[in-house]
Amino acid sequence: MARITMREAISQALWEEMERDERVFILGEEVGVWGGTYAVTKGFYDHFGEKRVRDTPIAESAIIGAAIGAALTGLRPVAEMMTINFAFTAFDHIVNEAAKLRYMFGGQFTLPMVIRAPGGGGRQLGATHSQTPDAVFAHFPGLKVVSPGTPEDAKGLLKASIRSDDPILFIEHATLYQVRGEVPEGDYVTPIGKSKVQRPGKHVTVVTYSKMLDVSFKAADLLAQEGIEVEIVDLRTLRPLDMEPVLESFKKTNRAVIVEEGWRSYGVGAEIAARIYEEAFDYADAPIKRVAQAEVPLPYNRTLEQMALPQVIDVVNAVKEVL
Amino acid sequence: MAEIVIMPKLGFDMAEGVLVRWVGQEGEKIARGAILAEIETDKATVEVESAYEGVILQHLVQQGEVVPVNTPIAVIGAPGETVDLAALGLKVPPAAAPQATKPPAATTPTISEPAIIAPAAQPVAEPEPGLPAGVRASPLARRMAKERGIDLSKVKGTGPSGRIVKADIEAYREPVSPVQAAAAMPEKLAVTFGEAPPDQLIPLSRLRLAISRRMTEAKQNLPHFYISYEYNVAPLLALRQQVNALLPEDEKLSVNDFIIKAVSLCLRSFPNLNASFDLKNEQVIQHGHVNIGVAVAVENGLLTVVCRDADLKPLRQIAAEVRTLVKRAREGKVRPDDIEGSTFSISNLGMFGVEDFQAIINPPEAAILAVSAARQVPVVENGEIKAGMRMKATISVDHRVSDGAEAARFMQELARYLEEPLRLLI
Repeated sequence: MARITMREAISQALWEEMERDERVFILGEEVGVWGGTYAVTKGFYDHFGEKRVRDTPIAESAIIGAAIGAALTGLRPVAEMMTINFAFTAFDHIVNEAAKLRYMFGGQFTLPMVIRAPGGGGRQLGATHSQTPDAVFAHFPGLKVVSPGTPEDAKGLLKASIRSDDPILFIEHATLYQVRGEVPEGDYVTPIGKSKVQRPGKHVTVVTYSKMLDVSFKAADLLAQEGIEVEIVDLRTLRPLDMEPVLESFKKTNRAVIVEEGWRSYGVGAEIAARIYEEAFDYADAPIKRVAQAEVPLPYNRTLEQMALPQVIDVVNAVKEVL
Repeated sequence: MAEIVIMPKLGFDMAEGVLVRWVGQEGEKIARGAILAEIETDKATVEVESAYEGVILQHLVQQGEVVPVNTPIAVIGAPGETVDLAALGLKVPPAAAPQATKPPAATTPTISEPAIIAPAAQPVAEPEPGLPAGVRASPLARRMAKERGIDLSKVKGTGPSGRIVKADIEAYREPVSPVQAAAAMPEKLAVTFGEAPPDQLIPLSRLRLAISRRMTEAKQNLPHFYISYEYNVAPLLALRQQVNALLPEDEKLSVNDFIIKAVSLCLRSFPNLNASFDLKNEQVIQHGHVNIGVAVAVENGLLTVVCRDADLKPLRQIAAEVRTLVKRAREGKVRPDDIEGSTFSISNLGMFGVEDFQAIINPPEAAILAVSAARQVPVVENGEIKAGMRMKATISVDHRVSDGAEAARFMQELARYLEEPLRLLI
């Protein structure tokens, strides 16, 4: 297995799927000649040509609208949002059209489209460019929301997303592009809608995904030095949500901490905690804790930004509180 | 349509079982094949699987109840289905005494103003019914306490704000009576003079009861006679060493595996010892299968696990099967099939260095072989005393079925296999 970055893993998935299926094409701002704002599609334009790697105007609504039209007529577009924060200008297309057309036309159409969108804070991009609105999109039935935390999952899940006949919002974390991890050789897909135990343990269940998986791993390493064994369940897909591994783990540890980068109110942690209480109430030995972003627009100032984002020490403290 | 689950008959002589624990709770979904309950029979605790898919609508018996076989124990049906016991042909329990008077329902305040302006009117949380006021316990601790019959008001909570958590339930011990307390005091045990510790009263487990019943029946009703024999097992031990050198660690053969094979082959020539006495029909049943029962010491008793058709199986398979069966028996997880249907039993106390002993026949079998330790002893060969390996074995036989000469010939024939063990491999 090769150790490659998340960026390379995503790039490989796109490249391989474009080679595999000529209906797959990319559209977005700066994806072609420039090679992508985060350099994910570098070299694609020269290899696949301008028809399959299309630079668009700075108009997210138009990008998603065009992708929906292309998907309805049989192509398999991969639309890139420069950041997920810009997806708000295309919100109507995403939640009112992409998420609902198949349903509203009684299944006459499918929408095989992927919206790739980097998100998350921590790069001093200011309050409007640093958000983690994953739960907002995961709220809508009809839209699948995938968000990997490792290069291996990123590649496998993106390939699965491109091959899926449903609209998928594929959320990448901007600070994970440089993170390296083992990625299997050759073609493989990772099933959408399957959570995974990324680290076994027996004392506390930590439920997390994306960037916070990395944070949770670091917290687990620190806790292990004190003899506390944390089991980390990586959601990988927010909708459809696979609770089985979470519940199985919780029934074993009887304690849970949910770590998300987004805001606490109405967030992923709220959803997971509610489901645990609904389905495994009699296994709870302590109240479930949430670790999440401070309830403020994310500050630009580096110190304040880091204070607002969940840190390793926050996870460590939360785990100790439920023990 | 609701389905009725009955107390299964898990053995040919099972008349009743104790419903030890409901694994599937009322209201829970259950899949076909999922564990519904744990049942203790005379011989073991067995898990009962659901034959139906659906929701457990109602438990018809309580945990700890002794239930005759074929008695309905639960109803499984569709979610939300109401259970009409009468319609299912079941006895309807006498209606609970009607509640004297319903407490006046809290009148719903008419909302004339937005509710948000009345935060002060928060209702005082009433103590949960069934839980003493002021007791804080995690949901898990509550469930565990209920299952173990522990009164939560007597448990000290060590969680935040005195919350009772799992660890507190696990650490909880029922207050002991003065008599027990005295017995538990270590200083009493340390003294070598003075008062003897008081008598201990140990209630019989169902397994103990079953053993007492069956052994009394066997020893009182079956006229036992015994034939002892001494075998030269040096070749067998050498062969075993040779064979085991070729096998992985977890597949090594025990001496007992060789004995099972030898006995089962030998029984083929002695069908009368692989038999049951059937007084009612005035006949002896010579069994077609050679199923060897192997006595296994378990906590507070013993079980006989069954290696079926041992005469037809290669040694490695016998070893693998017996290892699995013994493991399940020791873990208290035997299945009915594991302990039913033996036609001849072997009790081996060799591992305790026993020189010789006699076993009680395990009815309805006609004979049992008691095997002792292989020991290095002085033997006389051609008028000279040498060191040799010998193992004693004693067969107990039901005299109603067989006689001394037949049993003696069996023991002699057994020597051909045990002393020329290559025969066991071909």
